[in-house]
Amino acid sequence: MAAQEIGAAPSEQTAVADPIVSRFEGALRPDERKGYEGYIVAAEGLPEVATGLRDELGYDYLSSVTGVDYLDGGQLEVVYHAYQTSGGPALNLKVQVDRENPVLPSLVSVYPGADFQEREIFDMYGVRFEGHPNLRRILMWDGFAGHPLRKDWREAYYEEENKPFDSRWPTGDVRRSEAANRFGKNVIYPAGFDFENWTPESDESLYASLNKVGSNGKTLQTDSLVVNMGPQHPSTHGVFRMVVALDGETITDLQPVMGYLHRSHEKIGERNTFLQNMPYTDRLDYLSSMGNNLGYALAVEKLMGVQVPERAEYLRVLMAELTRVSNHMWAIGFLLNDMGAFQTPALYAIRARELILDVFEATAGSRMMCNYMRFGGVARDLPETLRDENTLDFISDLAHNRLPAAIDELDRFLTGNEIVRARCIGVGVLPAEKAIAYSAAGPLLRASGVPYDLRRAEPYSIYDRLDFKVCTRSNGDVYDRYVIRIDEMRESVKICQQALRDMPAKGEIFSRKPQYNVRVPEGESYGRVENPKGELGYYVVSTGKTNPYRYHVRAPSFINLTVLGEMCKGHKVADAVVILGSIDIVLGEVDR
Amino acid sequence: MYGTGMLRGMGVTIKHLVDAFVDDLRFLGQRYYNAGSLNARQGTRGRGVFTVQYPEEKLPVPERFRFIPFLLYEANADGSTDHRCTSCGICAKVCPPQCIWIERSSDPETGRPIPTPTRFFIDIDICMNCGYCAEYCPFDAIKMDHDYELASYERIEAHIFDKDRLDKPVEYYAGIRPTEYVDEENARAEEDAKKAARKAAAAKKKSVGADSKAAAA
Amino acid sequence: MDNELTNPEIPVPDELQSAVTITSLDRIYNWGRRSSIWPMVFGLACCAIEMICTAASRFDIARFGMEVFRATPRQADLMIVSGTVTKKMAPLIVRLFNQMPEPKYVLAMGACASGGGPFKDGYNVVSGIDKFLPVDVYVPGCPPTPQALLHGLIKLQQKIDNQSIKAVRWYGQQTSEAVPLPVLGPDLLDPRQHALLAQQAGQPNETAEPGEA
Repeated sequence: MAAQEIGAAPSEQTAVADPIVSRFEGALRPDERKGYEGYIVAAEGLPEVATGLRDELGYDYLSSVTGVDYLDGGQLEVVYHAYQTSGGPALNLKVQVDRENPVLPSLVSVYPGADFQEREIFDMYGVRFEGHPNLRRILMWDGFAGHPLRKDWREAYYEEENKPFDSRWPTGDVRRSEAANRFGKNVIYPAGFDFENWTPESDESLYASLNKVGSNGKTLQTDSLVVNMGPQHPSTHGVFRMVVALDGETITDLQPVMGYLHRSHEKIGERNTFLQNMPYTDRLDYLSSMGNNLGYALAVEKLMGVQVPERAEYLRVLMAELTRVSNHMWAIGFLLNDMGAFQTPALYAIRARELILDVFEATAGSRMMCNYMRFGGVARDLPETLRDENTLDFISDLAHNRLPAAIDELDRFLTGNEIVRARCIGVGVLPAEKAIAYSAAGPLLRASGVPYDLRRAEPYSIYDRLDFKVCTRSNGDVYDRYVIRIDEMRESVKICQQALRDMPAKGEIFSRKPQYNVRVPEGESYGRVENPKGELGYYVVSTGKTNPYRYHVRAPSFINLTVLGEMCKGHKVADAVVILGSIDIVLGEVDR
Repeated sequence: MYGTGMLRGMGVTIKHLVDAFVDDLRFLGQRYYNAGSLNARQGTRGRGVFTVQYPEEKLPVPERFRFIPFLLYEANADGSTDHRCTSCGICAKVCPPQCIWIERSSDPETGRPIPTPTRFFIDIDICMNCGYCAEYCPFDAIKMDHDYELASYERIEAHIFDKDRLDKPVEYYAGIRPTEYVDEENARAEEDAKKAARKAAAAKKKSVGADSKAAAA
Repeated sequence: MDNELTNPEIPVPDELQSAVTITSLDRIYNWGRRSSIWPMVFGLACCAIEMICTAASRFDIARFGMEVFRATPRQADLMIVSGTVTKKMAPLIVRLFNQMPEPKYVLAMGACASGGGPFKDGYNVVSGIDKFLPVDVYVPGCPPTPQALLHGLIKLQQKIDNQSIKAVRWYGQQTSEAVPLPVLGPDLLDPRQHALLAQQAGQPNETAEPGEA
């Protein structure tokens, strides 16, 4: 598909039927590759199309931006998924650009939420976005050689293009990968690298990009200074770094710096087979692995077109909602930790969470890394007994008594607490328009008053049959984000109760013969679920082999961080910690 | 009134404190180091102190708990062992982080593969405990272990498990995963019975054929 | 007094058992250290969650005197490397280790910290923290359950028990050497490999040539 073809008139039929094609006559055409959907847009027309989609057609929310390297066609493709916050399926836009000289217009001015995602594409594929305010590497460090997700880029421990590796069987010559590396480590240097005459890049340009304000003739003379919080900091929920420009104690600018836990999830995911990716998804948002499993299973099932048996659907929903409760428990406990209520609320929250983990451990085999869903069902049915009790009794006791009691207790413990209110109300306010523009998702979006929940907006699994409320709050401050998590836990418990009530007592849990090497039909698929942290999307491209050609994760934690700097400006440095806590990030998902 | 929220919160904490003592009384001194009360304490009806006094008492892991894989063998009466593994390589192929290495043995004379592995390695520094190897093994030859107490001072020598380290008797498996073991044994017995029935039917057909042939002759 | 302290080699008459404890300097010194190991608040990845659970009420690390998680390396005795060590993070971990005062211990928690784990092939992953730091105890598992971590910590206590005040490195004449910080270049550069890097880093890589294999 060459660039000059793009202006060509689309087939008669689609032009009549499709309002989007007729609206943007000549700027885009339907994507007619087998298994693909959406539209291919000419690079120069992209900002105009995006503006039109946003302002005229109501596609106000840019969910995901990602790249694909079509090595054989010599092109890089950037894929945009936008949708309407009033509900409905995603609109899929693609832009193709030459691999050798990839330059595209940036969409940050239209959708500010594209900021970090465009930086990620720049980092991973080398696509330069013109007009991007701060186009720097985001996951790798400045000065790293190469763009790792390009198909012809190879890591130091490269063995073969795809798993399974031939060296494992039948010759089975065991060795550690580092033994074959000439430096004894997982390192590879570009040819011609001159170590003696090389100087490392410094963070100077990062510090220079910060907006620093002097004291501006205020009565109190304050200094402008730059503070690094993290990557090792007790309040950053992992290895996350915030570079904060301060005027006295007031934040004038804040830049998140990430990648300290970038584990090459997507590169490994493209080497893996489809099935092998399942346990890796556990390690994305490691506090809610069941939800991650579900999203990935949905994306691949969409491509394969398999059905899931009734009982398996209920089990999936039950597990996903228990995950939501355990995740929100954790989030609230540690939000209070960030406020200075050191440990006690977190301990109560973890106690309730442990019981949920017991259910996961007994059912799936592991407390955190459940690896429970399969394409077309779930791995195992519920066990007979759990701690000398009937498992169903255990879960229903949890859903009817124990968890509601734990939620009420947290509510009593914290919601009315004057210190919590003083620290939270009016802090880190995110208005609704801004939340949408910055692609915020999940509790962060709903606390700002946008009733957008994928379980309602584009129901998956059996959520259309369940009765629950999409919780919203109106102020969009830290307090609302806290309260909405309490509300959502209550709704989740309600869903669990319904799932337990309606679940068929017996039945298949897997629709097909278990197969260790599934072939997935050609095409692309974007599966998304409402994970506890927000919209978790998987963009999968298959070429009909057993391995995904492209495997991308739209991580809610990562994209929610785009707006962090905006929310923190004008607040005190201690509030940055609380605001970050209220977003509820998990670094496994931010950095992948 | 300012402060009521905090007082109510402290009430929650005090309730937890009182609960801890009341619950101690309920067990009449049998609260700790007692398998029965451990399960009661750790279940949904547990109140008061939640702590497992590891290492004196251990929180029992559920049957499906998975840690590092191990290989199964059946011990014969004469002291020899039959390994269930046929070195078909499915576990090595399905392993997501590719931490299994298998060397298939072949007959020194004919060069044909023999259904038993010469060497079998699992690098536990790579293993992600996903359980795929056990799930997809067609011979129930590799299973996930329950033993999590593997901390060591050294890894280079100790953390690539070879066949000797991985081998465990079937009885051990039956002990840690009783229901799965019974299910598998039943399934295998059923399969064997079917096979035997098929064989018998085939033999009968053959003998009938032979009889009729003989009769014709 | 705690019978862990009594030295079995010196018998104490029965009637004095409750009043007198004879111990050796090594024993009381090690007993004091092993009962108050302060770990650093240092979560890297998934394993950190299990580490926090270990500190929470169900597994309660306070029973071992280890509940005092310190946010600063200057006050910590133990670094629990709980999760995947990435190249971007490696210089910072080494720096944190250098900032810890002696006696200091490193526990590699989980497959990733021990040897790279499931992410070992990844281009931004260090194949085990022992490539840079001296590790005292390795705890396998992905992630190790809280009880597995406690087992590792008990192993560490046993290691401390076997140390002698006369032989430990931190009372010797020489101050302990800081580990040189790795540097972020086109890939991670280890200054200890200076000569090798100067000689070989610029040479073409067999594995990186596209078209081969």
